[in-house]
Amino acid sequence: MENDHIVSSFDDDLSRLDSIIAEMGGLAERQLADAVDALTRRDVALAEQVIEADERIDQLEEEIDNFTIQVLALRQPMADDLRAVVVALKIASNLERIGDYAKNVAKRTLTLSHMEPVGNATSTIQRMARQVQSMIKNVLDSYGGHDLAKADDVRMRDEEVDLMHTSLFRELLTYMLEDPRNITACTHLLFVAKNVERVGDHVTSIAENVHFLISGEMPTDERPKSDLSSQTVLEEG
Amino acid sequence: MELAIHTEVSDKARVDGASSSAPHKVTAQAVDVYYGDKQALKNINLDIPSNMVTALIGPSGCGKSTFLRCLNRMNDVVDGCRVAGQIKLDGEDIYARGVDVVHLRARVGMVFQKPNPFPKSIYDNIAYGPKIHGLARTRAGMDEIVMTSLERAGLLDEVRDRMDAPGTGLSGGQQQRLCIARAIAVQPEVILMDEPCSALDPIATAKIEELIDELKQNYTIVMVTHSMQQAARVSQKTAFFHLGDLVEHGDTTEIFTNPKDERTQAYVTGRIG
Repeated sequence: MENDHIVSSFDDDLSRLDSIIAEMGGLAERQLADAVDALTRRDVALAEQVIEADERIDQLEEEIDNFTIQVLALRQPMADDLRAVVVALKIASNLERIGDYAKNVAKRTLTLSHMEPVGNATSTIQRMARQVQSMIKNVLDSYGGHDLAKADDVRMRDEEVDLMHTSLFRELLTYMLEDPRNITACTHLLFVAKNVERVGDHVTSIAENVHFLISGEMPTDERPKSDLSSQTVLEEG
Repeated sequence: MELAIHTEVSDKARVDGASSSAPHKVTAQAVDVYYGDKQALKNINLDIPSNMVTALIGPSGCGKSTFLRCLNRMNDVVDGCRVAGQIKLDGEDIYARGVDVVHLRARVGMVFQKPNPFPKSIYDNIAYGPKIHGLARTRAGMDEIVMTSLERAGLLDEVRDRMDAPGTGLSGGQQQRLCIARAIAVQPEVILMDEPCSALDPIATAKIEELIDELKQNYTIVMVTHSMQQAARVSQKTAFFHLGDLVEHGDTTEIFTNPKDERTQAYVTGRIG
């Protein structure tokens, strides 16, 4: 909406919500990038840094929680304003979860750094993470710029992440079958892969909320899903 | 004979009410209103469903009170006011030749912004209308009407032991409920309310809102309000007026969460006054 509110401090409140979300989103995007970077380069210091930095995202989520309750109580927003406040609350929760997944990747990186590297798995994880990072970036742009087409595009791209996750699952199973000494590292990597895949799901949820923010309706069409890892079986021999 | 036909009609209405589309108590078609040369309402088409609260919202001067006053021909007494188009109550044109305006106003009652009890006792405030319309033949019958009306307006317990005290001696909120009881006493079908809570404190307001919610079971209510929160709290349908146009109307939840028109959006979010 181009017009300002008659009560201009309400506009200040809404832009404060936007800027906290922007900061959280930027941090979450960076945390995931750093966590996966630490994993591929076996960089313990960077992993520790990721673990520490998660606290800031948690603080920002708390700030959003408190501030949205305050805005709801004092401003009693309506229509698109109401959607903006509720959506900010939900997106903050998604971003906080993304931060947690990045932190978990970093923790597993600390463990994995004491083990022999396994095959080519980390580079597949890195590819998957790059895709998810670009989804985070685009969904944040769609939120900031109220760009419906961009949000819908992000929502459709989670399928690619699911496909990569399924193929990674098979790859890791193969390594485990080849040599049981790989099992510990591969199990950790399975969790890392799952974490990245879950980040993709949260980004999709953000995209749906951005769609709702802009259009007033939740997307109703079915989104393509291709995560077949839960049905994957490897035949021996 | 006429009674029998009536029953049939209301039975049919009940059946319709059970289906997806509620019957419309009042329908406005292509209504234009002029004050002298100035056009106050432009081509208003609005259906008002039975047994629901319809809120009319919009900035000052948008025409919402003018529209409300059309519904029981209160504008007839305004000099230079001219109403064109059709307004039907139960399918009958209320502006048709031969319509008894006094009878119409009994069927379509009104409650104003400022409580305006008569300078009479609480009892006589309620009894006045029924007496004029000859609704009670005996003193006991009148007592019954007065008590039931006060009860329905949620005021009986507060005034039971001082029915002879002047109505003007009540608190503002009680006076407004007295006015609602007075409107109910003549057995209306529709109650029009023009900002019924704007002169009341929050507690008295809450009591009136609670009352409106109960009254909708028996009456069709149309309410003008400047409080968007009030419209959101008590109405099921909302109509937004702006500069004499009916911009948008529909379910209250839709108007306040996802309005379709930009002007509605701007108004409900506090961007135009």
